[in-house]
Amino acid sequence: MIAASFRAHVRLVPLLLSVLFLAGCIPDGISFLTPAGPVADAQKEHLISITVISLIVVLPVLIGTPLIILRYRRKGGARYRPDWAYSGPLEALMWGVPVLIVGVLGWQLAKATYELDPTAVIAGDPPLEVQVVGLNWKWLFIYPEQGVAALNAMPMPEGRPVSLHLTSDTVMQSFMIGALGSQIYTMPGMETQLNLRADQVGQYRGVNTQFSGAGFDQQSFVAQVMTPEDFDDWVAAARSSGTALDAAAYTQLGQSSTPAEAAAMFAGTGAPAGSVWFSEVETGLFGSIIGKYMSAEGVADSDQTGSPSYQPVQSEGDVE
Amino acid sequence: MNLLGRMGWGDVVFEPALANPDSSDLIAAGAGGVVVLGAIVALYCLFHYRLWGVFWRGWLTSLDHKRIGIMYIAFAMIMLVRGVLEGVVMRAQQADGLDGGFLTSHHYGELFSTHGTIMIFFMAMPFLTGLINIIVPLQVGARDVSFPLLNALSLAFTAAGGALIMVSLVVGEFSTGGWTGYPPFTGVAFQPGVGPDYWIWSVALAGIGTTLSGINFVTTILKERAPGMTFARLPLFTWTAFTTSVLMVFALPPLTVATSLLALDRMAGFHFFTNDLGGNMMNFANLFWLFGHPEVYILILPAFGVFSEVFATFSGKKLYGYTSLVIATVVIAVLSFTVWVHHFFTMGQSANLNAIFGIATMTIGVPTGVKIYDWMATMYRGRVRMSVPMIYSVGFIMLFVIGGLTGIILANPTVDYQVHNTLFLVAHFHNMLIPGLLFGMLAGYTFWFPKVFGFQLDAFWGRIAAWGWIVGYSLTFFPLYAVGLMGMTRRTASYTIEAFQPWMLVSGLGALVVLGALVALGLQLWVSIRYRKALTVEGGDPWDGRTLEWSLPAPVPEWNFAHIPMVTARDDFWEKKRTATVDATPATYTDIALPRNSMLGPLFAVAATALGFGLIWYIWWMAALAAAVMPLAIIVRSFRTDIHRVIPADEVAAYDLAFRETRAALVPVGRDGEETVANRGRANREAFE
Ligand code: HEM
Ligand SMILES: [Cu+2]
Repeated sequence: MIAASFRAHVRLVPLLLSVLFLAGCIPDGISFLTPAGPVADAQKEHLISITVISLIVVLPVLIGTPLIILRYRRKGGARYRPDWAYSGPLEALMWGVPVLIVGVLGWQLAKATYELDPTAVIAGDPPLEVQVVGLNWKWLFIYPEQGVAALNAMPMPEGRPVSLHLTSDTVMQSFMIGALGSQIYTMPGMETQLNLRADQVGQYRGVNTQFSGAGFDQQSFVAQVMTPEDFDDWVAAARSSGTALDAAAYTQLGQSSTPAEAAAMFAGTGAPAGSVWFSEVETGLFGSIIGKYMSAEGVADSDQTGSPSYQPVQSEGDVE
Repeated sequence: MNLLGRMGWGDVVFEPALANPDSSDLIAAGAGGVVVLGAIVALYCLFHYRLWGVFWRGWLTSLDHKRIGIMYIAFAMIMLVRGVLEGVVMRAQQADGLDGGFLTSHHYGELFSTHGTIMIFFMAMPFLTGLINIIVPLQVGARDVSFPLLNALSLAFTAAGGALIMVSLVVGEFSTGGWTGYPPFTGVAFQPGVGPDYWIWSVALAGIGTTLSGINFVTTILKERAPGMTFARLPLFTWTAFTTSVLMVFALPPLTVATSLLALDRMAGFHFFTNDLGGNMMNFANLFWLFGHPEVYILILPAFGVFSEVFATFSGKKLYGYTSLVIATVVIAVLSFTVWVHHFFTMGQSANLNAIFGIATMTIGVPTGVKIYDWMATMYRGRVRMSVPMIYSVGFIMLFVIGGLTGIILANPTVDYQVHNTLFLVAHFHNMLIPGLLFGMLAGYTFWFPKVFGFQLDAFWGRIAAWGWIVGYSLTFFPLYAVGLMGMTRRTASYTIEAFQPWMLVSGLGALVVLGALVALGLQLWVSIRYRKALTVEGGDPWDGRTLEWSLPAPVPEWNFAHIPMVTARDDFWEKKRTATVDATPATYTDIALPRNSMLGPLFAVAATALGFGLIWYIWWMAALAAAVMPLAIIVRSFRTDIHRVIPADEVAAYDLAFRETRAALVPVGRDGEETVANRGRANREAFE
């Protein structure tokens, strides 16, 4: 269709964009401008095609306005028609062209929205399940099938779809790995979903995009995309050298802390500096994090992770 | 009971700065100091120069819509200064923010929250409310708004909200929840202090003021039009004022509900938006944006109205596509209620919902685009004069379409999944708010200033300011598109990615240019006041105007129209100039009744501030007293019957005849001398030759 005929022109635009971004000034792995998976890739394409199509209505203004001002400047001597205020054909053009453009864009919009629906599982191998918990100010990743977990790092195999189930155990946050795909809110007591796939081994930056207090700007993590074999090795390594993610450990994670501070609390898990590996995860942890907010008693401020009043009753006598 | 509620010495901003300061504390204390000092200097001047009486009788208690409008705009400009300064401080922080900077994340959080709240509720809203207040009655041929006292109360509520935000600089702290105030982050579990309460009550009070203004303007435009001023002849600015006012009436209630429920959560242990016990923050997001999206059209439509007047006037030509422009305005207003979900495409709802709201959002691009083309067509075949309001307007067209383009981009859920909550979004909405709203307000300010005060604003400094805004805006905000696409999140004080830094430096430089533009605006005002004698336009028509207000003396007398005009055409004044019927003197004059001054306005301003302050600090006696005073004052006032003051016909006649004589004696000036001292407010008839 019309959209297809744009494809050809669309190819020129990355060139233009790269000039715009001073060719190569965009570091790899931080955004969808250097995509590493099908979702981010499609989002970039979509961005470019919207921009190009919209220019049809924008360029006439950018070019026409200076020309009109020049030609009809007061001393320019061009024809002056102070009572000219209507033209049928011009009206039709003014309304018609934008309607057509919005029609085309709207059609594309709907198509892309369904195709890139974050809840839709991505085709390919059966997806890897990962449960994500947003805390103040770090991200916890639980691998229920493997029984391991990681803090500040999300190891994942290359080429295999990943199905994320996300929640927050503090205020609302928003989870995003720009180079791989969409962002989605994480909210306490609720579960949202996100599906991604990484097609290139590498390190990709993940962030929380929703302001959540003092440590917000440090709340990033690394999505570590590795070969499937390396991923299996990682699972084995986490099992053998990690520490257990039990109630006590989770209570510690609940304290508001930056990723670095949290990692320091669990030093020596075999994980590279700045992240933590957990060898075993209390079963049903993810469900209980969500379920906590459903209870009829409510959650006291002293039990609310992320609250300045958080003062959990410490278990197993490790009172400081 | 503690007489001061939960307030203590430690809450005063100077305390941490004295105790154990870091750079954030010092900046906070400095800002608090400026507020205190400003208040002292203002009071000193009032008493020292014995201005108090004039200020009280002529301004604070006045019910004249023009004076109320001027007070709104003066208030807006003070807030603009604070807002821009905060913006510049934030830009400086980010320019310096690679691995650090001079502000803590918490302080940065307070800054973007006050900046956003101030710019929207206490700069933009008062500015446009002030313009509407001054201009609409003049454009429709009325002597005042329908409810002059209500008008003063609207101002009082708005001022009270603004006062609370100023006080928060000195006592206590402000929310870090942004201008949107999303719970649970603003809930009591996460921010137990007074910060979010300052946000809630300042916004709630401003919201009440705005709702009342909306009711007042809708009624005025429906009921106070002069004979012959049909809806098909309404000037475009009045049309946009009308739609904006309708939006105010319908869009503000969801905000009032959202903030009230949040207040109940915080103060009374309710669970509307808490994490537990059935609370759900998604309801807040919906309520807030059910207000928030129409709000952005409340902000932009009056600016569109100003641009429509400016393009027609300075092209010496009829507005192209009047009907299209009116239809587009109304369509935008209606559609603005159908798109709020685009503010949270990423909340996890179904693709169906996102697709529908995405398409609805794009649809608004059509009427908006039509408007832009209509303005271009207005200049087409005209005689375009690049006066100061025109520089703003052309700058607006060129920059605004770029914001429109990025708006279309953001309307796509798939792309929004990437750029939501990044600086791309910040760039987009500043792209709409600065070239759109702010340029519109500044164009309107320059355009109508001579009408209101009787002398023009200095064009030299005006040009510098206008270009400063255009260049400064572009430098500050275009880089943000780039870093936003690269994934730099909004509300970020510091960052670790080096690639962001060059863009942040350019942006910081731009902020300095903006600051320069602001200074130029100040100088323009100062120079103009200084040389006001030379800049006088006593003929009242400096721009060869088209609509009714230009037929009046400048400054406009308090009764506006000595005679309620009989309107016979769209651009009535222009047509009358063409047929030379302007100079016809009315046969008779009648007595004119005007509303007497009322001290209810200042009383409400004080009471509403006290109410808010009491609720914020849990000073219950103060809140209760303030809440009781307001209805009581209304009841007492309702027993008064002598609420009008009569201006005798003789006085009106003398004034009007003198004005007509003066105008007739002026040397008509050509459009070349428009922005010079030669312009005394009477236009020659070159357009008709
Ligand atoms: C004049 C120069 C201005 C500068 C330098 C400026 C700068 C900024 C900065 C640095 C931010 C914070 C960005 C972030 O890190 O998230 C911001 C946010 C914001 N600005 Fe401005 N701004 C300006 C004018 C305006 C105007 C005129 C308006 C509205 C009429 C406005 C409305 C807002 C709003 C609503 C926010 C969002 C606050 C939030 O995150 O909740 N700004 N601005
Ligand atoms: Cu919106």
